[in-house]
Amino acid sequence: MEKHDVIIVGGGPAGLTAGLYAARSRMDILLLEKLTPGGQVLTTAMVENYPGFEEAISGSDLVAKMEKQARGFGLQVEIKSVEKIAQEGSLKKMIADGEEYLSKAVIVATGVEPKLLGIPGEKELRGKGVSYCATCDGPFFRDKEVVVIGGGDSAVEEAIYLTRFAKRVRLIHRRDQLRAAKIVQERAFSNEKVEVVWDTVATRINGEQFVQSVDVKNVKTGREDNVETSGIFLYVGVKPNSDLFDFKIDADQRGFLRTDENMRTSVEGIYAVGDVRSKQLRQIVTATGEGATAAFAVQKYLEDLTP
Amino acid sequence: MAEFPQITDTTFEKEVLQSELPVLVDFWAPWCGPCKMVTPILEELAGEYGGRLKVAKLNVDDNPGTAAKYGIFSIPSILLFKEGQVATQIVGAVPKKHFVEKLDPLL
Ligand SMILES: Cc1cc2nc3c(=O)[nH]c(=O)nc-3n(C[C@H](O)[C@H](O)[C@H](O)COP(=O)(O)OP(=O)(O)OC[C@H]3O[C@@H](n4cnc5c(N)ncnc54)[C@H](O)[C@@H]3O)c2cc1C
Repeated sequence: MEKHDVIIVGGGPAGLTAGLYAARSRMDILLLEKLTPGGQVLTTAMVENYPGFEEAISGSDLVAKMEKQARGFGLQVEIKSVEKIAQEGSLKKMIADGEEYLSKAVIVATGVEPKLLGIPGEKELRGKGVSYCATCDGPFFRDKEVVVIGGGDSAVEEAIYLTRFAKRVRLIHRRDQLRAAKIVQERAFSNEKVEVVWDTVATRINGEQFVQSVDVKNVKTGREDNVETSGIFLYVGVKPNSDLFDFKIDADQRGFLRTDENMRTSVEGIYAVGDVRSKQLRQIVTATGEGATAAFAVQKYLEDLTP
Repeated sequence: MAEFPQITDTTFEKEVLQSELPVLVDFWAPWCGPCKMVTPILEELAGEYGGRLKVAKLNVDDNPGTAAKYGIFSIPSILLFKEGQVATQIVGAVPKKHFVEKLDPLL
């Protein structure tokens, strides 16, 4: 069984920055990542609000830099999916792809994943027109009609991105105003290809082999409609990847982990950083700040353990 | 890092459909971030199923014909071809366990 002082679970911006700081303070540290380091940023076409990059940088370039920087200071990464985190005496035990890892402290940086809308046709037509990643699948919809569902930053930004390919992008939102940042809204409103459909929810996705249309309903008037489309991109919120613990840990009602200002959870030795944490602003810049904060707090914690 | 054979519209018939071994084909494109996420997993699978499975990549940008034929609208899409037929399909970046669960009964 492998043993380390600190194990970081998840290699998005939060985990990579915790790794960078921990590696620089020469802690004995390992990062476990279930896919490949990068997290959600790999699905982001362009990032234009991470300080230091005055020209927008592609998400995959940005995290590639973060990974390289952390590895440059000695961060070790293993491709392993953590299934469970348990207590083992004074240590934490992680089970990942059948192997066990022990550590004195754990930094949970598992992020979030997209919520499913849960309407008929969504699962059946996934990969056949239903998508959760505009940067991956946008180019398949050249000169076609697409629908984006949602009203937050991701939904509106990705709707604008899709206008590079699609003939028209309908943004279907259940309220009468968007939640996205104002500058992003302004861009959407001034883009001729984007049409916002207000107060409307999707109720069913139709199609035999491929998506053909979506049934929608106006929540104010009750009027039902059918919108023809080849693609449906869903950005209807996220859920935390926090379903890992073999013990009780404090979380908010949606499952996001609660911490103090030093990223300590309710369980000694367990820290949470980035999107998985209960907070208001889920962005790369907050994720990296929290990663650094946790690495520093863990360092203090380990020093106090060994007088 | 293993270099995967690159399949094209021209070589697809021979390399995949007529292959003796089952072939796992990763439909990908350079602009797709999550496609990068599955590469290390495919490398491990290529090692672990060596001799029982061939792993290859198909760039959908350069080979739109094959991608269209198999109705690829989302990448990464990883299709297992056995005796010229699609035996199973995985859409999106998922952990290795999901691959193993889908492949084991078929290989
Ligand atoms: C479409 C889109 C556009 C966005 N645009 C912007 C933007 O322009 N600017 C901005 O600042 N933010 C943007 N964001 C938000 C930003 O991507 C996130 O806030 C940030 O990635 C959070 O980082 P994280 O490290 O907390 O989590 P994540 O990026 O989610 O990374 C978590 C990592 O943990 C891994 N993991 C999960 N579970 C396990 C497990 N059990 N075992 C091992 N590994 C695991 C995952 O594979 C993943 O790599 C965008 C998000 C999306 C979806």
